[in-house]
Amino acid sequence: MSVAVEAADLGKCYGATWGLRHCSIQVPAGRIVALVGPNGAGKTTLLHLAVGLVQATEGGVRLFGWAPTEAPDLVLSRVGFLAQAVPLYDSFSVADMLQVGRRLNQRWDQSVAETRLRRLHIPLDRRVGRLSGGQRAQVALALALGKKPDLILLDEPLANLDPLARHEFLGELMESVSAGPLTVVLSSHLIGDLERVCDYMVLLNGGRVQVSGSLDDLTATHHLLVGPRAEAGAGMEGIQVIKRSEGERQATLWVRAEPRALPGGWQASSLSLEQMVLAYMANPDARPAVRPELEGVVP
Amino acid sequence: MALLIFHLEPRSGVPYYVQLADQVRQGIHFGLLRPGDQLPTVREVVAEVAVNPNTVLRAYRELEYGGLVVMKPGSGTFVADGAAAAIDQELYGLLRRELEHWIDSGRARGVDDETLAALFDHVLHGKQREGVA
Repeated sequence: MSVAVEAADLGKCYGATWGLRHCSIQVPAGRIVALVGPNGAGKTTLLHLAVGLVQATEGGVRLFGWAPTEAPDLVLSRVGFLAQAVPLYDSFSVADMLQVGRRLNQRWDQSVAETRLRRLHIPLDRRVGRLSGGQRAQVALALALGKKPDLILLDEPLANLDPLARHEFLGELMESVSAGPLTVVLSSHLIGDLERVCDYMVLLNGGRVQVSGSLDDLTATHHLLVGPRAEAGAGMEGIQVIKRSEGERQATLWVRAEPRALPGGWQASSLSLEQMVLAYMANPDARPAVRPELEGVVP
Repeated sequence: MALLIFHLEPRSGVPYYVQLADQVRQGIHFGLLRPGDQLPTVREVVAEVAVNPNTVLRAYRELEYGGLVVMKPGSGTFVADGAAAAIDQELYGLLRRELEHWIDSGRARGVDDETLAALFDHVLHGKQREGVA
């Protein structure tokens, strides 16, 4: 299994505050990764470190085994990056933007980019400044995919799009994945959209990795337990409580545990990705015990 | 034109791969998909419904396991020879038209879709109980 993104004790300090610290993750190639966490959690910092836009203060990050700051040519020709503000030149036509892409990238595929935009009915002679938000995002995506990357990093690409534009954007992205091989890292607050397309998650909170792993593994090991309050705490060995809420008689626990370790006397149900993310976000100190064979996370 | 247009319901709580597989099963059940018909490619489905490609593969594999489709590497996924419709095309059309008429008549009287669905279920279950008794 090859590793697309590997961070080892990665940290970035801005003045007196750490934007990201002790970040260690291993993202297998071919995954579609949801990068989630509250604002200021370090998502953009991690993406900027990955493409070498900022220098690490501690540790390092490698893409397909190469550090972006040591071998930028090797790394960046294989990586597409779409920054949060969707930087395009408003006075350029769509065709001009593609020309820019062609001149700046060795592995450029003009026909892929043009076919994609024609299918979406985006006129190539239209000025970028006159496109809708959804069309701008699609042009930026076509530029990032036109270089035929092995890895594409997208920083909140859905933030300003209406539901239809989001659907079309993600449809285009998934189409490229199925034509693959392509690894995707996608940061967003829209958990419903992420649940649909992603199969891996990295959750940052307060500049730290709080949880990471494949969605199948995470879904199988996270549960909602409801039971009598008196029982809370009994038979809970090997179970990590992420969040608890106690009523007069009843307790509700958000836990991480192997299904066979679940205690008797509790009503257990599975957690949706949204419930899981919310529970972790609300409890920044909840950090699962490390199982490196599954996650490669060092707290 | 595609024989089957998939759609996904995010709030139903039914896993996406099950929803996709169910829609194929339904298509076969109603005779809209016949033995030998090709299902949309994974690439076509993910572009249409914006879902992870593995979700579509999982749905197709499950259908193959159930003997409803055959996946031929390099050429596509096809409805299996043994997959038969529960009712023929003509009868399907007739019942569908009657049901559409019933829905239109309810809506014209200001009944919402949720109530219509509940009413249909209620009457169907009532009939089933009569059948048992």
